[in-house]
Amino acid sequence: MEIKKRQSREEGQDRAMGYPAPAINIKQFSFCYGSREILHEINMSVNVGEYVSIIGPNGAGKSTVLKCINRIVKGGQGTIELFGRPLASYSQKQLGSLIGYVPQSREQPSVYTVEEFVMMGRYPHLQAFAPSQKEDERIVREALCLTGLQDLSCRLMRHLSGGERQKVYLAAALAQQPKILLLDEPTTHLDPKHHIEIQKIISDICSQGGMTVLHVTHDLSYIYYWSQKIVAIKDGRVHSSGLPRDVMKSENLYQIFDAPFLRIPHPVAKHDIIIPEVHA
Amino acid sequence: MIESLPLHRLKKPSVLLALLSCAVFTLVLSPFIGAGQVLLKEVFTFPSASVEHNIFWQMRLPRVLVGFLVGGILALSGMVFQSLFRNPLVSPFTLGVSAGASFGAAVYIWLRFAFTIFGISGTTVFSYLGALVSIYFVWSLAKMKFGSSISKMLLAGVAVSFFFVSLIMFIQYLSDYDQSVKISRWLMGGLYVFGYDTVRDMFFLAVIGLAAIFYFSHELNLLTTGEEIAVSRGVDLKWTVKGLFLVISLMMGGIVSICGPIGFVDIIAPHVCRLLIGHDHRYLTPATFLLGGAFLVLCDTFARTIAAPAEIPVGVITALLGGPFFLWLLRGRGNDG
Repeated sequence: MEIKKRQSREEGQDRAMGYPAPAINIKQFSFCYGSREILHEINMSVNVGEYVSIIGPNGAGKSTVLKCINRIVKGGQGTIELFGRPLASYSQKQLGSLIGYVPQSREQPSVYTVEEFVMMGRYPHLQAFAPSQKEDERIVREALCLTGLQDLSCRLMRHLSGGERQKVYLAAALAQQPKILLLDEPTTHLDPKHHIEIQKIISDICSQGGMTVLHVTHDLSYIYYWSQKIVAIKDGRVHSSGLPRDVMKSENLYQIFDAPFLRIPHPVAKHDIIIPEVHA
Repeated sequence: MIESLPLHRLKKPSVLLALLSCAVFTLVLSPFIGAGQVLLKEVFTFPSASVEHNIFWQMRLPRVLVGFLVGGILALSGMVFQSLFRNPLVSPFTLGVSAGASFGAAVYIWLRFAFTIFGISGTTVFSYLGALVSIYFVWSLAKMKFGSSISKMLLAGVAVSFFFVSLIMFIQYLSDYDQSVKISRWLMGGLYVFGYDTVRDMFFLAVIGLAAIFYFSHELNLLTTGEEIAVSRGVDLKWTVKGLFLVISLMMGGIVSICGPIGFVDIIAPHVCRLLIGHDHRYLTPATFLLGGAFLVLCDTFARTIAAPAEIPVGVITALLGGPFFLWLLRGRGNDG
């Protein structure tokens, strides 16, 4: 609580000076795993309430950026700041109440029921020994409704389909009531129906809930439409960043992915769609 | 809200109550069973100088109580290991922590030390150190990506176990005849005649263990779902793992120093409890403690009556039951390795 107060005061001060502190600010950040350099002097910032997507080839270091932000992996040189405060000044529990995280859909299925699992998202707000309160149950119920899981709440996680399970992970992250949502390819391996549903939920909570979203993905058409900013990472370096229409130029995408892309106007909507060019 | 209240939540307290009744029933009944008949009338005559009276109050009752507490603590430490390693087959026994603690105690016997620190016997201190060293070993092996597959993790545990067992044999070789017999008898694992001071020590150990594990119950729940998820929800992994390992070392050291290594309670009890009550550690912890305690008391009652008036070490009984159970578990998970 104390931290939250202090934090909002700092935000207030920054705003008063005309510079709102960005939700995430990464400066000259490098990260090595053993002797292999994964990230090299990354610079990027995400403003409060912004929807930013990270694109790039497999193994470029996209997931590592997310994992460094919520300290799933520790270490690295350079600075990461959250709401103007250095990452090191947050305890892991404070990070838990600040950042929600949805992993890639390759996680092991869990032994818990949907409701139990989402309730675990309340962890950073719970005291040791204390049982969950009415308030926690209300928040969990809201998260389940928002993700359309209310009818599945008693089902065991391992009996769910991949798409349903991914929604549970999202619901659990929402139950954390975070200010920042980190999404690591949450819709990979999902069928179009679940894909669209999850994407819709995410963009709604960003635009209506005011949540800051950092989304790692390969769904170029979706994020062209939904995100406000795109950061392209290649070989551990920021290749390019900016507005979707600037980053997602065919020639730029070719440089990023080493593969040709077509950017064509959507036949009905006003935005463009981006598809990999396939040669017969 | 009522209709969305899941059935399993209502069931848990009743399962706990059933386990509690089982435990109480076992605790009340077991002291009356044994080589010699004891009659209710003689037992509850105070004061009394009869042999039966003394057998009941001075030998059987403390032994049953110690058995219950030891069984409960063993089961708890198994439960914590299984949650931390996300693997139902690991336990302080299968990963060589018992062997480490035994090695510590064997060193103590061999060196003919006899000291106490703040009322804690030297054997306990040495067992504790042995347990701590072997846990550190096992965790480092797990971190070296041995933990990525169940079979590799078990093999790493077997290696740690072998290592310490060899060290124990080495010490036995160096010891004289008396010490050697003492060590090997004690390595069989058994509940022998205890006084009430042992009951008191075990009681404190159980209270500390239960409190610590309850304190970490949310963390254990999250760790069961995976390390990455747990950390992203705000679990301080280092502190949690260190805290739990210190507590388990303490419990294993305390137990091994007085009963020797007793195996398989720590696999059977948590597994059965997970089937009965689910994976929520707020319920699983007391359930495991109760079932582990009752199970060991039953085994011990069996051990001291089957070949009466001789006594089989209870470790032999639990291993005879646990071996097949372990194989059954391993078979069920054959594809995960």
